[in-house]
This record gives sequence, C-alpha cells and structure tokens, in this order.
Amino acid sequence: MKALTFKQGIHPEYNKELTKDKPLKNAKRPEEVIIPIKQHIGAPLKALVKKGDQVDLGQKIADGDSFVCAPIHASVSGTVKDIRKVTDPGGNTVDAVVIEAADEDTLNSGLDKHESLDELEAGEIRNIIREAGIVGMGGAMFPTHVKVSVPDDKNVDYVILNGAECEPYLTVDHRVMVERPKSIIFGLKALMKASGAPKGIIGIEENKPEAIESMQDAAKNDDNIEVQALETKYPQGGEKMLIEALISREVPAGGLPLDVGVVVNNTSTAAAVADAIRDGKPLYERSISITGRGINSPQNLIYRIGTSIAELVEQAGGLKDSAAKVITGGPMMGAAQKHLNIPTVKGTSGILVLVKDEVEDFEPSPCINCARCVDACPMFLMPTQLVNYAKHDMVEELEEWQVLSCIECGSCSFVCPAKIPLVHHLRLGKAQVMAKKREEN
Amino acid sequence: MNNELIVTSSPHVRSQDSVKKIMWSVVLALLPAVFAAVYFFKARAISVVLTAVVGAVLTEYIFQKVRNKKIAIDDGSAVVTGLLLALTLPPSIPLWTAFFGSVVAIGLGKQVFGGIGQNPFNPALVGRAFLTAAYPVLMTTWTVDGVSTATPLSKMKMDGIATDTWNLFVGQIGGSLGETSALALLLGFAYLLYKGYVNWRIPLAMVGTVFVGTFAFGADPIFHLFGGGLMLGALFMATDMVSSPTTKNGRWIFGLGAGLLVVVIRLWGGYPEGVMYSILLMNTAVPLIDRYTRPRSLGEVK
Repeated sequence: MKALTFKQGIHPEYNKELTKDKPLKNAKRPEEVIIPIKQHIGAPLKALVKKGDQVDLGQKIADGDSFVCAPIHASVSGTVKDIRKVTDPGGNTVDAVVIEAADEDTLNSGLDKHESLDELEAGEIRNIIREAGIVGMGGAMFPTHVKVSVPDDKNVDYVILNGAECEPYLTVDHRVMVERPKSIIFGLKALMKASGAPKGIIGIEENKPEAIESMQDAAKNDDNIEVQALETKYPQGGEKMLIEALISREVPAGGLPLDVGVVVNNTSTAAAVADAIRDGKPLYERSISITGRGINSPQNLIYRIGTSIAELVEQAGGLKDSAAKVITGGPMMGAAQKHLNIPTVKGTSGILVLVKDEVEDFEPSPCINCARCVDACPMFLMPTQLVNYAKHDMVEELEEWQVLSCIECGSCSFVCPAKIPLVHHLRLGKAQVMAKKREEN
Repeated sequence: MNNELIVTSSPHVRSQDSVKKIMWSVVLALLPAVFAAVYFFKARAISVVLTAVVGAVLTEYIFQKVRNKKIAIDDGSAVVTGLLLALTLPPSIPLWTAFFGSVVAIGLGKQVFGGIGQNPFNPALVGRAFLTAAYPVLMTTWTVDGVSTATPLSKMKMDGIATDTWNLFVGQIGGSLGETSALALLLGFAYLLYKGYVNWRIPLAMVGTVFVGTFAFGADPIFHLFGGGLMLGALFMATDMVSSPTTKNGRWIFGLGAGLLVVVIRLWGGYPEGVMYSILLMNTAVPLIDRYTRPRSLGEVK
C-alpha cells in the first residue's frame, strides 16, 4: 500500500517508543474528581446537580439547550462536595463539579444498550452520541453529534477516521487501534449511518504498522471501509491535511469538511461512540499517554475524566528532578501548565513532561528571510510576511494574506532557525482580524 | 521537582537548526573555493581573504557596539560577507582596498539597514560595487608577480582570446580569487544542498537562463557559465536568503531575471562581467516578486 500525504509539513522527532508498546491499563480510581462543566466548543452548560447531591457513575451532571454543546457526566459514583471555579487545561476559568467518590461505582446513565446498529435510525444514533456527551477526543472537543448532523442541502460520502496521531510522543490512538479495533469499526459504522455516508476511511501514519494491521484485520469483512497508510509527517492528522491526503479534496477557506462531503472524527472518538451505543456508557473516561523524559514511568492509562493531572503524574511514577515543563496534549500544539492541580477534560490525550535540556531558552534573533516557514506551512501561508503584518497591526493585509486559514499547527515555529515564535504572532494576527470582523457586524 | 515549571506557548519542541549553524555552514561551503584560490594564487590569496574577513567582522563589531546592540559577530554572517567579498576581488588588489571594501559591505550594505536580516542587497556585492566604482583600475588589474591573469571573459571581450573548457571548469584560469574554479564552488554548494541550507531554484534558473541566452545569441554557453563570476554569484550570492524571494515561484523569477541581465550586460553591455549588477538589480525587485508570487493557500478561492 502506497502511503499518502499532503504537501509541505515537517518531520519532528516522534519519540513514540517511550509508550507505544505499553498496553492501556486502568488508572487507580480517584478519591475525588473535579469535572469542569464546559468541555466542548460551543454554548455553556448549566449544572444539573447541587452541593450535597448523590450522583451515580455516568449520571448527567450538566447540560444545555443549545444545539452546539455536549452534556457532562459524573465519572464516579459519590457525593457532590462543591461547585466552584477552576482553571481547565486550556487556561480558561470554568465552573466545575467536585465529586467525592463513594466506595463503589454504579453505572446509571439512562442510556439503553444496543447490540446492533440495525435497530437504530440515523437520528437515534445522533441522539445517543449527544446524550453520551461525545466530543472530538483528538483535543479540539467539538461536539460529535453536530459534526454528523448533515444539513439537508449537503451530502456526505465519506467518514474519515483520524488515526494519524501525528503529534510526537502521544500513543493513545495507537493503543486504542491496536487493542480495540472492533469498537472503532463499530463506531465508524455508527458515524457513517448517522451522517448518511456510504464509505469510511481510516488514515494511519506508517510509523504505526501494528495499528494498520490491527485495523485492516478488523475491517476485512467490510467492503465500504478502507484502511489507508499515511506518510509519517506533521501535521498529517490536521483535518484539512487528512482530507487532502486521503481523497484529494480541498476544504474551502473558512469552510468545513462538510462542504466537500466529508466528516472527520478521531479513532478514539469512534471507540467512544461504540461504548455509548453498545454499553450505554457516556464519555466519562478516556485513554491518555503520560510520557516524556521527565516522567519516571511513562505509560498509557485509562482515567476518569476530572482526575487531576497531579494524580495521573503520580501514577506514572511521578516527575523526575530534571522535569522542567508539563504539557497537556502533544509538544506541537499542547498547552504548558503552570502547576499540576489542573483537572483533566475529555480532550486531554496526553501529559508530556520535558526535561531541562529539552526546553532550552529559545531566544529569538532577527528573521533572515530563509523561507523555511513558507516551505513548511501545510496551508501554504507565508508566516514571515504575516508576522510582519501582525506586528504592525496591518489588519487588511493580514486578511488578504489569509491569516485566518492558519491552523496553528506550529510547523513554522518549529523550523525557524531564528527561533521566532511565529505561530504565537499568527494567533495574535488572527485575533486582530476577528476583532475587526466583530466590529463590522 | 524543586523549581517552577516553564510556561511558554506551543510548539514546545524546535528543530536543531539555527541562524548560526546556517551561516557557519556557508563558511564551510566556501572553503573549497578559498583553497582553490590559495592553490592558484598562493599566499596572496590568504592575505586578501583574511583582510576582508577581519574587516567585515571588525566593522560588524563596531556597529553593534556603537548602536548598543547585542554583539553577535559569532553568528558567522559577517564572516560570510567578508569571504564572499574576498572571492570577488582580483588577487592583485591592495590589502587596504580589500579592507575598505569590507567596511563598506558591512557598514553600508548591512548595518545601516539595521543589521542581519534587514539588508535589501547582498552586502558583499554592495562592497564590490563600491570598489568597482571607486577603484576601477585596481579592480581590473589582473597581474600578479608580473604574470597576467586577466579573466577569460575580458580576454574574450577585449582581445578575442578563447580559453580551454576543462581549464575553465577546474579554475586553471585568471580571474577574481573565487571565481576561477567552478568545481570548488559546486562542491561547496552541494554540501549546502545536502544540509538543506540553500535553495536550488535561483541558481538553476540563473545559470540555465545564461546558458540558453548566450547560446541563442551565438555565444559559447559553456564559456559563459564557467568563464567569470556566474558560478560564484548564482550559487552563493543570488541565493543569499535575506535578499532573495521567499516563494518558490519568486525564486524562479529572481533567477531568470538575474540570468537575463547577465546575458544582456555580457553580450551588449560595456562590462565583460555582469553578475554583480544583475543580482543587485534583482535584489531591488524582491519585495515586489514576493508580493505577486504569494502561493494560493489551501482552500483559498482567488
């Protein structure tokens, strides 16, 4: 099978060997969980519980009226100790429900179990996905039921599952693909039925041969599902890159994959969809890679959402003395954390701990116009120019030169020999254009 | 863990390349040409090269000191400029002239614009252009120890004497220090290509245009490729990152334009050479070229 890919991009060191062969295992059940009640892109939710309430595992504890939102569920049975403001891994201050765990868990989600998809209509599947609180588990946390709700004037012919896992270090999707391929295929079929797509493709980077083999084996009886190898290149897992590589379609600027007849989901999201339909299990736990040279015992764990980062780090043997930076997510797009008392959320796919020599002080020097950023940008933008415009508040030029197309993958900053934080300036540039657009409206 | 966690914006890993690495690699890539110069022109070559490099680095240092900037002479960029300038000078050039050329190259060619990354022109060529204008006789005196080393181009233009092709290629000919051996220059360029520190579109377009252009107008294309400063200019000066385009199409256009200018100057102009002015002229067009060759971004409807 010839590996497909997109144009440009970069080749960082992948460092997946730290955890790629470590099977998923259940993390210790936490004594307390702190569950932020906004874990999606979209409208805020209202808490459905109050201090002192008893809750069951899988019970809905927050929901909203808006279409673009995803409810939140208790990740342990126990008592609501408090509802208070916390900082989430993204740095946002959000309300969170604090639950003290009881001795035992009783699953009580109110979701029915369905052995087969034949007994379900597309709308019913979408409803289960929504009620199970499923969001994009690659990190973006966009509500999955919204993605598969295809407007009447649009037609979807492909559901693409993203098994690229192009972020260095992370091996979560890899492990899920190796260990739970049948669940992923079941989830993919559910997503296809929900969106009306006749075909499914699972794209996996070549550096995960076990995952490719495992998924091929699980899909061998399905003619309408294809497993496709992708070149190992960052950001292969970017939605637009994936679509370009797999089916040579270009998502229009400002548009969605839906505009070219595609719905893209993460492989772990598909597994979560299967869990919701077959086991009546809402999204209250997920897998994570706890990795990096700054952690004593790197591993892949399945944890209850709302477990603190400190606790997960502890279970991976704790930080080494040389630990210098703790990142939620991967090294390219993840967020550095100030401290470890941060709750995990549905999109927390990794905790990466870098050591001192890996976080050298990148002191920027002047741009020498080498154009490496231009040659790396998977969106074909010109980061050097855009940064100049952003620094000088040249909003019209920023817009004309397509700053809003930037996917913030960080490839430009990665390759810059002058160590200029290009993507940081691009974010500011995007914000300037957005601010101007808001003013105009 | 005893100390505070470091918090910066993503990405948290960076490639190992740096401006310093790139510049010193260019220095390394120029060494074969320097060695060739020493081989052909003996000790004279060493003194000219050293003088030009010292002049460039010293000027860079003084400007940074006076402007209260961080002293960054170790980034290698001034060494590159000094080397490149030296390689364009005739072996018989008085040392003070070489030194003065370097002062102008760094001072007027680079530092007045704000230092590294800011110069619109290739600094070494600014230095050479200044010397050509100020000391035309010294810059076209090709005699070392009583032996004429006039460039094949000027022999051809002034006296109608042709030179053997193999001698042209290895550098067994007269000319400026670094212009003689195409072989040495190509060797260094190949190293930069391998490291990914240089773009190939500009030199390919420039050399290709000169080849096709001179051939089309009845001149000997091989002679024009190796007989003068084209190789040095196309491989190491037109490719100067700071003063060349950042887009792929822009690089083609830049190389094509510079090549055309070389052909025009050499075949119909008053100078036997033309590489220096061609590149300097194209340098002025870089912002314009970049603007009009912006690639269509993914998904953009133009």
